[in-house]
Amino acid sequence: MKATKWNHKDLLGIQELTADEIRHLLDTAAAFKEVGERAVKKVPSLRGQTMVNLFIEPSTRTRTSFELAAKRLSADVINIATTASSLVKGETLKDTALNLQALNADIIVIRHSAAGAAHFLSRLLEASVINAGDGAHEHPTQALLDAFTIREKKGRIKGLNVTILGDILYSRVARSNIWLLTKLGARVTLAGPSTLVPRVFEEFGCRVTHDIEEAIRDADVINLLRIQHERQRKTMFPSIGEYAAMFGLNKERFARTKPDAMIMHPGPINRGVEIDSEIADCSRSVILEQVTNGLAVRMAVLFLCAGKRKSTEGAE
Amino acid sequence: MSELVLMDGAALERALTRMAHEIVEHNPEAESLAFVGIRTQGVPLAHRLATKVGSILKREVPVGELDINMHRDDLALLDSPPNVGLSTIKFDLTDKAIVLVDDVLFTGRTIRAAMDEISDFGRPRRIQLAILVDRGHRELPIRPDYVGKNVPTAPDERVRVQLTETGGKDEVVIER
Repeated sequence: MKATKWNHKDLLGIQELTADEIRHLLDTAAAFKEVGERAVKKVPSLRGQTMVNLFIEPSTRTRTSFELAAKRLSADVINIATTASSLVKGETLKDTALNLQALNADIIVIRHSAAGAAHFLSRLLEASVINAGDGAHEHPTQALLDAFTIREKKGRIKGLNVTILGDILYSRVARSNIWLLTKLGARVTLAGPSTLVPRVFEEFGCRVTHDIEEAIRDADVINLLRIQHERQRKTMFPSIGEYAAMFGLNKERFARTKPDAMIMHPGPINRGVEIDSEIADCSRSVILEQVTNGLAVRMAVLFLCAGKRKSTEGAE
Repeated sequence: MSELVLMDGAALERALTRMAHEIVEHNPEAESLAFVGIRTQGVPLAHRLATKVGSILKREVPVGELDINMHRDDLALLDSPPNVGLSTIKFDLTDKAIVLVDDVLFTGRTIRAAMDEISDFGRPRRIQLAILVDRGHRELPIRPDYVGKNVPTAPDERVRVQLTETGGKDEVVIER
């Protein structure tokens, strides 16, 4: 058999992956997407394994997407949410995780408000650790599903102009996307208010502009990010209304984009703020396809990481 | 390590022609016949058999492709996760007479996985098995319906099927 290109028991971030590993994961996701179109949308790959969704920060779509992905691979799933867990009783993250391991959990999917939480767990646990978002650091599966969607629609990633628009400073989606897209050879432009898109991001190998007209003009893909109210301790722009007027994708600006420019958004969308309602629902918007592809990408992530972990154990 | 050629291109072609006639003989309700090849080497073989059967029946016979890696029972035993390819079955399997095609039959575990996976796509009326080389050493109660060549082997020998479609000349070789 051909040597596989995957050597990780954990998925902690995009930063740790090579371009080949990313491509291999996207190819694997394409196979898993097909499973969703069968009469029986389930394969036995992870039968007998247990996945824990450890969400120390609220999330609906990522958590349900991971849950459904695990179920389609025949794994058992436990959901732990902040309010219902012992973390509110003062248990540390380390103790919670060790308790989950003592229950023989095989895969732990973690979302946490602190950057590095997933890395921390991966050093402690034998289980596979999947980062479902750590603070403003990384959200690798979101970047992977975005790349999957771009590749599926545009046929390639290399050489494309991708504009990421909005709240870059506080966005883990932006960071993971920047790392992934530059590794695969796209030209990335970051745009938004100067308070949310500082020049320092040029060090990531992308272009920074505060002129929205210029940022969207040559874009093949426009990825709109949500304004993260919950992460902004002080006001970074005067008002939501002003943000919408200055940087929102409205009909006038949309008309000046390339005719085949694709509109993406990781959700949840704030209609009328970063995007006009009609644009979110138009044929060039792939927002709902991103959700469908997220499921396939997460199945691929679970399959590859679980496959690698089992083989590591077998070698000992 | 020595190599011995078990079948050359001409022998392989004759075997497939004979198998195609056997398939037609055993499936009088020919309109429900369809082929499913197991990736990777079963796929070109399924297409060749379907072409031969199609020219006998004077109609097109559908061919699907199956990747069984999601249905393996030995994920825990592998060194690293397998490469998963696409399964594409573009026709409705329900009530079809499916001929499953693979290059080599060994333990039977691949065929078990393939039958499980086929049932996820629909409920065929029956599944038959066509194999180019049966090398023995079954670990499951599975037997082929159509065989190109029976070859007694030792468990540590390797049977390698090369096909022009996947790069190389048509040939079956045993390495011992």
